[in-house]
Order: sequence, then C-alpha cells, then structure tokens
Amino acid sequence: MTSEAVVHGVEWTVKELFVYPNEFIYWSIQIVMYPYMTGLVAGAFVLSSLYHVFGQKDLKEIAQFSLVFSLALLPAAGLPLLLHLQQPTRAMEPLLTPHFTSAISAFGIVFTTYGLIVVSEIWFVYRKFFVEQVHELKGKEGFGNMLRLNVYRVLTMGAFDISEEALKVDHKAAKILAGIGIPVACFLHGYAGFIFGSVKANALWMSPLMPVIFIMSAVVSGIALCMLTYVVIMEWKAFRQRRKGGASLAIEIRGAETDIINTATKYLLGFLVAAISLEILDLIFRGYTAMKSWDILRSVMYGKDFINIFVLQYTLGNLVPFVLLLLPGRTMKRTVLALLLVLFGVFMMRWNVVIGGQAFSLSFSGYMHYHIPIIPHSLETFKEGLFGALTVIATPFVLFWIINKFVPSLERGDEVGH
Amino acid sequence: MSCSRRDFLKQACGGTLASVLPISAFTFLTSEEARAAVENANVRWAFLVDTKKCVGCGLCVKACKTENEIPYDAPVTRTWVERYVITKDGKAHIDSPMGGRDGFIENVINGEEIDPDTIDKAFFVPKLCNQCDNPPCVQVCPVGATYQTGDGVVLVDREWCIGCGYCIMACPYGVRFFHPVHKVADKCNFCYHRITKGMNPACVDSCAFDARRIANLRDPEDPVTRIITTERVAVLKDEYGTKPHVFYIGLDENVR
Repeated sequence: MTSEAVVHGVEWTVKELFVYPNEFIYWSIQIVMYPYMTGLVAGAFVLSSLYHVFGQKDLKEIAQFSLVFSLALLPAAGLPLLLHLQQPTRAMEPLLTPHFTSAISAFGIVFTTYGLIVVSEIWFVYRKFFVEQVHELKGKEGFGNMLRLNVYRVLTMGAFDISEEALKVDHKAAKILAGIGIPVACFLHGYAGFIFGSVKANALWMSPLMPVIFIMSAVVSGIALCMLTYVVIMEWKAFRQRRKGGASLAIEIRGAETDIINTATKYLLGFLVAAISLEILDLIFRGYTAMKSWDILRSVMYGKDFINIFVLQYTLGNLVPFVLLLLPGRTMKRTVLALLLVLFGVFMMRWNVVIGGQAFSLSFSGYMHYHIPIIPHSLETFKEGLFGALTVIATPFVLFWIINKFVPSLERGDEVGH
Repeated sequence: MSCSRRDFLKQACGGTLASVLPISAFTFLTSEEARAAVENANVRWAFLVDTKKCVGCGLCVKACKTENEIPYDAPVTRTWVERYVITKDGKAHIDSPMGGRDGFIENVINGEEIDPDTIDKAFFVPKLCNQCDNPPCVQVCPVGATYQTGDGVVLVDREWCIGCGYCIMACPYGVRFFHPVHKVADKCNFCYHRITKGMNPACVDSCAFDARRIANLRDPEDPVTRIITTERVAVLKDEYGTKPHVFYIGLDENVR
C-alpha cells in the first residue's frame, strides 16, 4: 500500500470480535468538537439574550461579553467540520447544491443566518460607541490612530446619528434580533442533535430526544464557558488594579463580579437539571424497551464505556459541580472548579455520543475502540488528532482577543453599548 | 414618473421573484437523464445470493477489488464474505478477515480455535450493497453526490462528494467506506459500468458456484427474477425500512 492509499479511520480504530470490514471510527475527535463548539456558541448567545430580551438587568455586563464571545466562537464551530472533511476544498458545495433531505445541507444556511444575526446585533449594541470613537480619534496623529479611525469609520457604515431617538431604534433592533436569535441559536444546535438523532442505522444515536438534549447541554456549556472566561478576565482586572494600588476599585470589581456570577449560576443549574433529566429518561427508556440493540448498548454503557459515561460524564461532569454550586458558602474558586467540571462534563457527553455511538459494530457482534492520535505524523493525524482539537479550542480565544480590541465588551458601566 | 428608492427596491424584488419562481417549478434534465427516464422504466436491478452454494473461496472479493480498482491490500472492500460458525453452546462465531478475500482456511475465528466436533452448523454469507429502494445514504447526502438511478442502483459522484461520511454512518449494512485513493465515499454499484452494457458484475462472473446472480426485476422472463418472485427469499435488516434489493436464499437468524 502506498502512503497515499491510507484508509480513513485505520489509524485510530481497533476492532474486537466481528465488525463489518468497512466499519471504522469515521467520525472522530473533530465531530466531537463540532457539537461542542456549536453548543458553546448557542449557549453564549442564549445567555446574552437573557439580558437583551428578558431584561435581566443584573446580567448586563456578562451579556455584552457573551454576545461578542459568541461571535468569536462562531468560526470555531465551523472549523471542525472543515478539518474533518475528506475533500475540504469542496466545503462550499452544501451551499451550492444543497440536498434538502439531508440535515447537514442546512448547515451553511442556518450558520450564515445566525452569523448575520449576531453581527447585526453587535452592530446595533455598539454603534454609539463606534461613532464616539470616530469623533474622538478624528484629528489625532499617528499611524495607529489613523488605522483605528478608519476601522471605526467602516464599522459605523455611515450611520453617524446618535440622537436619543436613533439610539432608541438601535435598542429596539438589538432586542428584536436577540429575540429572533434565540430560536435560531437553538435551531443551529438542535439540528446538530438532529444530525445524530436521525441516523436510524445507529442504535445509540437514534432518538427524537437527541436535539432537545443537545440544546439543553449546549446552553449549560455556553453559560459555563462565558462565566468562566468572565471570571478569569475580571479577576485579572482586579489583580491589576490592586497592583496599581487601587484596592477599593479592585474590591468593587469583585463585588460586581460576584452578583453576576450568582445570577448566572441559577440559570446554569436550571438548564443542567433539564439536560440531565432528559439524558436519564433516554437511558431508562432504552433499558426498559430493550430492543434488539439493547444487549450491545448495555455492554458498551455498563461495561466498556462505564468510566466515560457514569464516572467522568455523570458523576464528575454533572453531579459533583451540581453539588459544588448548590452547597452554601460558595467561593469564587469553588465556582471556577465547578464551571471547569461542567465544561468537561458536556465535552464527555459529546464524546460519549459521537465516539460511543461508534464503539459497537452495526452487526451488534463486535466493538470498535478509538485511540486518538496524539503525536501527528501526517496531515490526517494532525487534523483528526489531539492537536487538531486544541487548534479548534484555541481559535475562539484568539478571535475574541482581536474582536475585543475594537468592540470592548468588557468595559464596565454605561459608557459602552447598551 | 417618479420612483423612490423604496419603490424601486420593492418592484425589483417582486419582479425577480415573479420571474424566478415559475422557472424553478421546472426540472431541467440532461440528455442522459431524459434517456434514462424513458429507457430505464423497464429495468430494476436486483441481486440474488444463494448462501447454500457459497463455499467462501473469496474469488468474488478478489474480482471486485481488481475490477473496481479498490487497493488490493486496503482493509476496505465493496463486497465481502462472512463466515458463520454456530457451536453447540449456541454461540455464533463470525469473521471476515480481509473481507474473506483469501478464503477461510483456518479453524481460528477472532483468535479462538473452534473444535470441528463442537460445531452445529456453519455457512458463508456474501455481502454487497443492497441498492435499497429507500436508500438512507441518498437521503442524508448534503450535496446530492450520491443518488439513485432510474434502474435502482445507487451511485456516487466522485467529483462532487465532499467526504463528510454521513452516508457511511447512515448505511445500516456497513457497505460504504472512504476510497483510500480518491478520498470520497465508495460502495458497490453492481458493477454499473458492466451491467449497463449487458455484462454481469465481476463478482457474478467470478463465482464458480452460481452463488451470486444479478436480476432485472422488471423482466418476468428473467430466470433469476423468477426465483426471487416464486421462491422463498429473504433480505437483510428489513426493520430499517430501507427496502433492500439483494435477496438471499438460506438466510439464518444468526446472520447480521
């Protein structure tokens, strides 16, 4: 066999007992990353909408941050799919010749719609700020200022009216967009669940609950990531203030931070309960109905994947953070630990669905084990290995750093946005 | 006549929609599609496997790999042969090393040596694409790169497949894989390039025992069609609602 004739999946699949010859773990780590990142996007947006649509005033600051963060997350949701495609240069085809009986064909359309909603909402929220920047930077010397001036000029798109009425319209538009955005965000992610739930050939995936489970856990992970990033950034700010000698300002920052985190935690716990209930319902139903596939499913869930499912996902990723967040006297450190565990739990849920769904043969007579490529020795083992996944995880933070230079989503008070 | 920007945009959008919608109601056929729609009406390809005749020699797998340019040593194949050995304790031992390409010459199945005296029954089952009437692989292809022809065979357009693997996941029979060289989805197509020219699929021609035969279900005079319609045949995994068109004689409950 020549080096170019490598069969996709052979690198990381180990077969046990009888598995059809063509069966391999075709959907690997990037397909775990895809619903994970999409979930973070959707969750971040839902968190920001809680303020914009439902007027949760105490969420204002984290709402602005999570709105901008969900924009930074968006490209990272498409990236895993691109890295996973065997023909990445044909990635635009689902938009050119969409075959609408396929759930994937809607991806480009939903993804683009959602992207437009997020971008326009950010524009309406920050338009006033853009205009102010243009006025402020006008006449200032230096190449950097000139560059920023031009960027802000483009960002205003020629709309310089920041009168009371104009801002009211902005506010209303942002609210409407956030309102439309919630169902679109849920659709974006719910349909990722549909992609799996509608595969009738796969006994583990096929369930009408799948899209709903995906949405609930998406919101959980999105809120958790926004809270976590917010805490880290705010702690960093408070730390810097203290270094500068502004101890009272540092205490003020931390006080505001605690209020926001307390409110966000309530929503997190609510969605977490919903997600776990649905997953347990799904599990009980499968066991109770005990269809033909149950024998092999049971041996995977209670045997081969027991640690992944019951120890790592349900206990460490759901139960432990649940208790940590509910017990009285919660400190910021404990919250951070709980948030990290929640994020890990949702990741394990995606892993157990995607990889777990391929852990058994379609023949129900054998198993497949996934060994994620760690050290890449070819493009494929990079793309579909640990480093490919890390690239996907790092992308939104880099993008956020760039976007935040122009759209300061972390400024406190009323001077920026509304 | 005065025309405001708003009116202009309104009318332009309206006009475009009004002209595009009626056109989109029509489907444009290429000349091949038009011909196929007329001529293929009297062809529906199907396949008959007689498991009682199969000896597990693996010649069909060899022939298929050569004919369809699937790298010989790659562990993927368009057709394969499974060996079933049911021992007296009721256990089913199943294997298909390299798709059964080199035949079955050892008593070892999945690392376990089977004592011939403990065997209740043993048989071989050749597998290939079922060319379903309701193909899930076609349903889930996001770009329409895999499609069903008028004569029932499901094909893959190598120039248009994006390699997402959704069709591979959707097939309950595991017949699909990524072609190691072309990096697109690949599967058995009953040797479409041969059957449309009046020849047999490579596996059919290479089978010395008549275990594999191709049929045109629309031709009542076709001898293989007569067997399918008049004798007791079964299909694989009909619970998935795929309406498979590979029919089997001598199927066993242990067959997966």
